[in-house]
Amino acid sequence: MVETPKGGLFVPEPEVRPGGQPDFSKVKIPRAGSVERPPVDVDPRDIREMAFSIIRVLNRDGEAVGPWAGTLSDEELLEGLKHMMTLRAFDARMQMAQRQGKTSFYMQHMGEEAVSCAFRRAMEPGDMNFPTYRQAGLLIAGDYPMVDMMNQIYSNEADPLKGRQLPIMYSAKDHGFFSISGNLGTQFIQAVGWAMASAIKNDSRIAAGWIGDGSTAESDFHAALVFASTYRAPVVLNIVNNQWAISTFQGIARGGAGTFAARGLGFGLPALRVDGNDYLAVHAVAKWAVERARMGLGATLVEYVTYRVGAHSTSDDPSAYRPKTESDSWPLGDPVIRLKNHLIRRGVWTDDRHKQAEAEVLDGVISAQKEAEKHGTLHAGGRPSARDMFEGVYAEMPPHLRRQRQQAGV
Amino acid sequence: MPRMTMIEAIRDAMDVSMGRDENVVVFGEDVGYFGGVFRCTAGLQQKYGTSRCFDAPISELGIVGTAIGMAAYGLKPCVEIQFADYVYPAYDQIVSEAARIRYRSAGQFTCPIVIRMPTGGGIFGGQTHSQSPEALFTHVSGLKVVVPSNPQDAKGLLISAIEDPDPVIFLEPKRLYNGPFDGHHDRPVTPWSKHELGDVAADHVTVPLGKAVTRREGSAVTILAYGTMVHVALAATEDTGIDAEVIDLRTLLPLDLDAIVASVKKTGRCVVVHEATMTSGFGAELVSLVQEHCFYHLEAPVARVAGWDTPYPHAQEWDYFPGPARLSEALRGVMEA
Repeated sequence: MVETPKGGLFVPEPEVRPGGQPDFSKVKIPRAGSVERPPVDVDPRDIREMAFSIIRVLNRDGEAVGPWAGTLSDEELLEGLKHMMTLRAFDARMQMAQRQGKTSFYMQHMGEEAVSCAFRRAMEPGDMNFPTYRQAGLLIAGDYPMVDMMNQIYSNEADPLKGRQLPIMYSAKDHGFFSISGNLGTQFIQAVGWAMASAIKNDSRIAAGWIGDGSTAESDFHAALVFASTYRAPVVLNIVNNQWAISTFQGIARGGAGTFAARGLGFGLPALRVDGNDYLAVHAVAKWAVERARMGLGATLVEYVTYRVGAHSTSDDPSAYRPKTESDSWPLGDPVIRLKNHLIRRGVWTDDRHKQAEAEVLDGVISAQKEAEKHGTLHAGGRPSARDMFEGVYAEMPPHLRRQRQQAGV
Repeated sequence: MPRMTMIEAIRDAMDVSMGRDENVVVFGEDVGYFGGVFRCTAGLQQKYGTSRCFDAPISELGIVGTAIGMAAYGLKPCVEIQFADYVYPAYDQIVSEAARIRYRSAGQFTCPIVIRMPTGGGIFGGQTHSQSPEALFTHVSGLKVVVPSNPQDAKGLLISAIEDPDPVIFLEPKRLYNGPFDGHHDRPVTPWSKHELGDVAADHVTVPLGKAVTRREGSAVTILAYGTMVHVALAATEDTGIDAEVIDLRTLLPLDLDAIVASVKKTGRCVVVHEATMTSGFGAELVSLVQEHCFYHLEAPVARVAGWDTPYPHAQEWDYFPGPARLSEALRGVMEA
């Protein structure tokens, strides 16, 4: 029964606001291992219910269970753990660097490390990601030099983007990482176009699009689903549902009405939901969707269910709109701790080695930071030339820009 | 040389480009099997297959967004927006993405796409089949904006646009598709087959972007025009007997400032004409540049003739359209000043 409507406009509200007791009782969490793994050539019509469940591999005891388990070796998982720890340490240092005035802006991945780190392991050289600003794990797990990430964040003289871009809007073509845009959702449809191009050329390379829960409300999301489905594009369309779009809870993007994954059903796309804090599950689902795309079977929509533990950005204070301790109550836990516990349970990792690894990872990040700071930070040391500001608007500088550059005296 | 309409010249440009470069792909609404609502892509799907020329869902942002992704991959998409009036849903993709990808990625990714769109009025198209949105694109760093006025240029400019490494907005005055139109709507329209600019070279031919052309040499006043207004300018010159120099800009961004300045310095007078609405239209940029670069040579204020600052009406087509009468009046005014 639907409640009798009261007067006025209905506006969804999160269950809890600051000062309240965090409550995720409405998030239905299926048992690990309970969701079946269909063949990649499954008819999307036969797996519609998967859009309403959550694929999970790691159980409460840290065991890998069910049909989605076993896609990665212990060595690969240890490497994955290191990637996530590196991203977390990187985040912490860059967050601090922003507070110290070394850069203007930063955005963390806290709690979402598994999504981009594990997904990257399912991609192959030549494939292309179209990321948002919260998938730096694609670079970390893809062995992109951390110093170059920092140079970009510092807009220093070694910034690969020559100081033109806001911090964290990386671009790394050789690492399958498309240029990040500040405009939300735009890259989701571009990923589909890239994949269509690959199909046009009879290529086996695939693309992956990325979008957050909030940005699914953008028109680009809708367009991407239509085009991906119409042309059976070899693309994996990833929705990272971290429950929050700055201060607006996912219900404002109409989360809670079905699921975000379920939006793919109306377009005839196979739609999977996965535990975004379960490194093994993310990898297994990514591998499934990537394989499907590479075999020419078409696009897959994947919703990663996770939680944005950190502030939206260094310009945001989440205690103004959600309980301070909400992330502690998140039922899917912490991706780093869950993978760590799994590896300990497997007998290939220990608490001591984890502590040691944390120290090593931090050392690596700090030495990269020192290296980057030799090239300058936003307000000190080396900086990109003002001449660079006029370059690259076009392949060749047109006369009016040459005149302006002369006027600027550079 | 074969005689072509503007439609045939545009189709030929795509045909030649697709034949020469297998990375050129053509798509848009009704562009594939049917060959386009204006027939500009007729036969291309049959000749090059559905992977090279295909129909798209009715989503302008989807068409431009996928084209950008294809360009990032390495293709050269030449896409169609059915009417310039319907480009707005793709505006974010054009302004925030296509125009900036080279710059923001420091050249790692580029966007060699062409976005073709029929533009302009004079066809009783009403509010949403008549607009001239060029100023919305000339204001965007990173785009090139082209408006041909005849079949010869249409083919050469379109091939240049497709081969250009940067995103090009290619505005096709639909009023000129079948024949030149000088704004004398009460007189019979001649087809391109009776016009020398309907002579279009076969095979590969280019007209450089960023270069204006003088359509009529004169000494009394310079008329800066593009698209349909080039023909209106020639008519007004004839109607008034004023010895005007008519410059067809062809490319609005980047602009051929040298050609403009040379002409205005010679004539000392200038009239700018466009169909688009007056306020903040491209004419304002032209007037500003002329006064900046030709101030000491000007013998009269620079005049602007443009569409009124209203949405494009239906019944009042010829009260709105800046035809030869309004331009003639402006020319006389400038000559008397």
